[in-house]
Amino acid sequence: MSILIYTESENGMFKKSALELASYARAIADKLRVELIAVSFNHKDHQTLGAYGVERVVQISDPSLENFTALTYAENLASVALANQVNLVVLSSSANAKYLAPLLAVSLSAGYASNVIGLPESFDYLTVKRSCFTNKAYNTCVLDNDINILGLSTNSFGINENHKEILVEDKSANLTKTNFEVERIEKSSGQVSIADADIVVSGGRGLKGPENWHLIEDLASTLGAATACSKPVSDMGWRPHSEHVGQTGKPVASNLYIAIGVSGAIQHLAGINSSKVKLVINSDPEAPFFKAADYGVVGDAFEVVPELIEKLKAFKS
Amino acid sequence: MKILVCISNVPDTTSKINFTNDSKAFDKNGVQFIINPNDEFGLTRAVWFQQKQKAEVTVVTVGDLSCEPILRKCLAIGADKAIRIDLNPTDGFQVAQQLSFLCKEENYDLIIAGRESIDYNGAMVPGMLSALMGYNFVTNCVVLEIKDNFAKVSREIDGGIETVSCQLPLVIGAQKGLVEEKDLIIPNMRGIMQARQKSLTVLPAIESDVKSVITKFEKPAPKGAVKMVDPNQIDQLIDLLHKDARVI
Ligand SMILES: Cc1cc2nc3c(=O)[nH]c(=O)nc-3n(C[C@H](O)[C@H](O)[C@H](O)COP(=O)(O)OP(=O)(O)OC[C@H]3O[C@@H](n4cnc5c(N)ncnc54)[C@H](O)[C@@H]3O)c2cc1C
Repeated sequence: MSILIYTESENGMFKKSALELASYARAIADKLRVELIAVSFNHKDHQTLGAYGVERVVQISDPSLENFTALTYAENLASVALANQVNLVVLSSSANAKYLAPLLAVSLSAGYASNVIGLPESFDYLTVKRSCFTNKAYNTCVLDNDINILGLSTNSFGINENHKEILVEDKSANLTKTNFEVERIEKSSGQVSIADADIVVSGGRGLKGPENWHLIEDLASTLGAATACSKPVSDMGWRPHSEHVGQTGKPVASNLYIAIGVSGAIQHLAGINSSKVKLVINSDPEAPFFKAADYGVVGDAFEVVPELIEKLKAFKS
Repeated sequence: MKILVCISNVPDTTSKINFTNDSKAFDKNGVQFIINPNDEFGLTRAVWFQQKQKAEVTVVTVGDLSCEPILRKCLAIGADKAIRIDLNPTDGFQVAQQLSFLCKEENYDLIIAGRESIDYNGAMVPGMLSALMGYNFVTNCVVLEIKDNFAKVSREIDGGIETVSCQLPLVIGAQKGLVEEKDLIIPNMRGIMQARQKSLTVLPAIESDVKSVITKFEKPAPKGAVKMVDPNQIDQLIDLLHKDARVI
């Protein structure tokens, strides 16, 4: 018996979600007294993983793994899982992890639960709580299979250091021929993505037009935050679709979510609910968002936000 | 080109989410059901292929009789025919397996599903179906072009867009951005009348496996009261975020 995690890296560093995954899986491994194995692709930095509780890392390196492809990555994870009698695989909720999880599940004949929000409630029959109805509710689900896969919700467990002596194993890649080719990747450079951000600053229709978005951008850059928007804002083309958060957009699970000129419609709230702390700035004291907020300021965004930026800059320096 | 669009019947986005007294099931009382929004983006794209590239569009759902109104709506939007696989499914794997039985019979070139349903948020049906079929798969799909036997597909990644090319058959997980909001089709009278004449076939379920079982639903604990800060006291706000919430 052992636990496997897929530790993702980007720009030569493990992602924060990889360290959260290691911390989470470490807690399970301690409970079950089993080994925790990490798999990383084209990334050789075992020290970091050892600091978060990983005992063994399987490093798979190959030039053709440079670009993520779900099928190839899933096949390689499956082969490590089978070679090590793995009965629990834990994945993050990144776009890539969610992409490969169902492929891995079929390949291992495993059960799969996404959006898991905490440690399993029981291991006799693996029982986990997960979010559903786009964060409007939770369900408890039982996975009774030889191998199971859990997808851990971003920012639901936290990162804990736990130093282990780490064993490094290099493994060559399994490469099956496919007719699937990554042609290009366009990344907005220098920007934090909503998925990875600790803080997200979001603007709604209350900002009146795209020409006012410097307020959102300036506040975000002051805080090192990602920028987001409500659905009508992206529908009107003020901002790209990729910034649309909510039930039909992206989920947000940041530590701090700042909503400016967003009314707080049920579909918007659904997507951002799992953010830990919500600050709402809205000129209408009756805006429904205040009911879902932790901190609220009733005021005109065009006055409050510039002052907030200025004072934050002073606070930071 | 034969296209299959997988449709999920979900509660309207404005629905209050409640559960039955024993917490074992979603309480459908007074809830209106809609086509899962991610599926609707996919269906809209499929109808575009039907109109511009002579594709034939079948919609399918795995569900009981109560799902038929949304299948009729899909027909009114423009799908050519509908199939209901008669099973109230237990989990996403079971849905994927039921769909795979149909796909093995019908050999679709393109299978479109939503990247996830807005009720269970499992995010597994399209991926599992592709794996069961041995087809290519792209999820979080925001661009889909087909030429001859080739697809050019873009998917949203964390912080960007990735574009891939691959051969059909292909399964995609559709999401917002695949079509423009203004292109969503609201059925008109003619569409609704035509939908009545189109075929809606009910297929019996084939024995399939279940890999997870939901034992309980619950709602989040009520939130604490909001702390209001005077707009003239921004220093206090920063102090609260720093010392009280510890998020900056
Ligand atoms: C099927 C479906 C799915 C949907 N999915 C989503 C989704 O995923 N995400 C989403 O966001 N929405 C979604 N919506 C839309 C949702 O119902 C709301 O229409 C939308 O969230 C409102 O956006 P908004 O808050 O920016 O605009 P509005 O509701 O117009 O709110 C603007 C707010 O700005 C405030 N304001 C105005 N001027 C100022 C000022 N000077 N300073 C400060 N505040 C000001 C106003 O008081 C108001 O509260 C969906 C709707 C449907 C039907």
